Amino acid sequence: MIEAVGLTKRYGDKTAVYNLSFQVRPGAVTGFLGPNGSGKSTTMRMILGLDNPTAGAVTIGGYPYRKLPNAPRQVGALLDAKAVHGGRSARNHLLSLAQLSGIPARRVDEVLGVVGLQEVAKKRSKGFSLGMGQRLGIAAALLGDPQVLLFDEPVNGLDPEGILWVRNLMKALAAEGRTVFVSSHLMSEMALTADHLIVIGRGQLLADMSVRDFISANSADFARVRTPDTEPQLREKLGSALAEAGGHVLPEQDGALRVTGLALPRISDVAHEAGVRLWELSPHQASLEEAYMRMTQGAVDYRSTADQKAGLQQPLPPGAQPPMPVPGQGQPGWYAPPPPQQGGQPFAMPAPGAAPAGPYDGAQAGGHGAPGGPSAGAPNPYAQPASQAPQAPQGQAPAPAAAVPPPAPQQAPVAAPADLTKPEDPR
Amino acid sequence: MTAVQIIRSEWTKIRSVASTVWTLSLAVVVTVALGMLISALSRNQFDSMPVRDRLAFDPTFVSFAGMSLGQLAMIVFGVLVVSNEYSTGMIRVSLAAVPRRATFLFSKIAVAAALALAVGMCMSFAAFFLGQAMLGPHAARIGDPGVLRAVLGGGLYMTLIAVFSMGVAAMLRSPMLSLGILMPFFFLISNILGNVDATKKIGRFLPDQAGSRIMRVVPGLGDDTPYGPWGGLGIMVLWVIAALAGGYLLLRRRDAQ
Repeated sequence: MIEAVGLTKRYGDKTAVYNLSFQVRPGAVTGFLGPNGSGKSTTMRMILGLDNPTAGAVTIGGYPYRKLPNAPRQVGALLDAKAVHGGRSARNHLLSLAQLSGIPARRVDEVLGVVGLQEVAKKRSKGFSLGMGQRLGIAAALLGDPQVLLFDEPVNGLDPEGILWVRNLMKALAAEGRTVFVSSHLMSEMALTADHLIVIGRGQLLADMSVRDFISANSADFARVRTPDTEPQLREKLGSALAEAGGHVLPEQDGALRVTGLALPRISDVAHEAGVRLWELSPHQASLEEAYMRMTQGAVDYRSTADQKAGLQQPLPPGAQPPMPVPGQGQPGWYAPPPPQQGGQPFAMPAPGAAPAGPYDGAQAGGHGAPGGPSAGAPNPYAQPASQAPQAPQGQAPAPAAAVPPPAPQQAPVAAPADLTKPEDPR
Repeated sequence: MTAVQIIRSEWTKIRSVASTVWTLSLAVVVTVALGMLISALSRNQFDSMPVRDRLAFDPTFVSFAGMSLGQLAMIVFGVLVVSNEYSTGMIRVSLAAVPRRATFLFSKIAVAAALALAVGMCMSFAAFFLGQAMLGPHAARIGDPGVLRAVLGGGLYMTLIAVFSMGVAAMLRSPMLSLGILMPFFFLISNILGNVDATKKIGRFLPDQAGSRIMRVVPGLGDDTPYGPWGGLGIMVLWVIAALAGGYLLLRRRDAQ
């Protein structure tokens, strides 16, 4: 059991972790999610007593780590796969750690076998790949057969076989009643591995809930309905008929409709009654990755901007078309389509006020609604908050089409040729 | 967790990196070879020396002439033993495994110091006997008064230099920074301070100058150092304790990185 209470860490005037409280329980894999620089590693280091918290405390089994009796037999950790003297062989590295806690040398060969490194045990770790380094780090964590295990980004650099192995290893360790705390920035990975999730952004708690709750709160089903492209009036007709029947209808970029709140047979019945032919009626599920992106969108520290290549650009020959941008590249928010149910609570949070600069604060003041788009009248809940405007990529800021793709046909990058003819920032 | 376990672990760490063998063997080779060379030269030039120098001729100290260069390799050894942990990031693994930082630091230093002592003693005796062999008729014998003290003192001096470097490296963490300060200090600054009249009185309280007093059997003419051989070594021990205390206090307070 790991318990953090009001954990805060400041480096100079930068606050890495602020007022973080959570519990990691035994018998389950607890995923620790957050964007780069959100304070995951700092928190892990404070759990292990490597960094002193500025305020608050974290304990393992009721003890602060530095007072824990026989710590290496109680807690195993993988913090940094490269934290190994490159000139020392894998076996000697593990042997030195084993001798610390009186673990017999036999155990070293055992864990080398468990992680599949027996072939290179006598080799210097300097020549190890990142994946081999991760395996060595995992071996070190397993060495003392500890009840509490911490892994910081364990699947980084692993091949698919290795990722699967780590996933099963974590589950097996948790099934034996151990406390397993795994950090990652990949929601998709955690959805497969973890039982419980702790999500942080900018050092603050965004969510602390079971994966099942997270899924049910965030991955609402929706139906995609497509009417014949040739008859746009049918689309309008079906839209109003579905709305009358109690459904939530959102137009999608390519002309389809996203319907929530109605079962598929009911949609079919409504369409039949309205005399509308359907080209598509398909069930969909919003991915957890999308939900996670939405949750952390306001807390991302490092955003990419579109690569304008302005410094390299040659004058285009007359009549030449500028290259099409790769959809999604350098467009913040491209990955985070709005939640299925507009206006509803997009995801359940234990403390809705926990995020200081929530992704939805100030959205209405942002004025990012697409000009003339269907969502121009309604406030777009996913526009960049006004307070974050300076951090948002400047090159894209005046072009809402790229900044946020709400389900408006006019806003799809490919449907905005007027923008593409201007290769440079319109300002 | 007992100190014995940590010491065994530190021994595994220290013997399993190449830098240990390289720095220590370099220290031995440089000290002994340079001592032999200077001894051979002194033997040839003894007859042409002024009387003053002949009266103050200290065959033991002459055979230790290589120590001033060999100690640089000992400094590298001391610095690398500690700063390797930081430059590789291993410190996080080590401190996660040994949360009690005093136990960790002093076990590490104890192992490295014991190794340095063993190597330093071998080096000192080898430098003495091989140097005396080169000196021929002017040689001192190990049974002469003060000679055994000087030879044992040479081994202690080398050990203390290495431990002092470990303390400094524990404070500074970076190997480049530690070596960049220690090397010029012991090779140049200390010598300059000790040889310029204005600073001589301060210079002789520096760790290497005070400590090397124990290696002299015949004090120079007009020698007015206010401490004896053991007193000088005592001053050096105080420096070492100060460096270790500084290293420990910083390690206890700082985040491990």
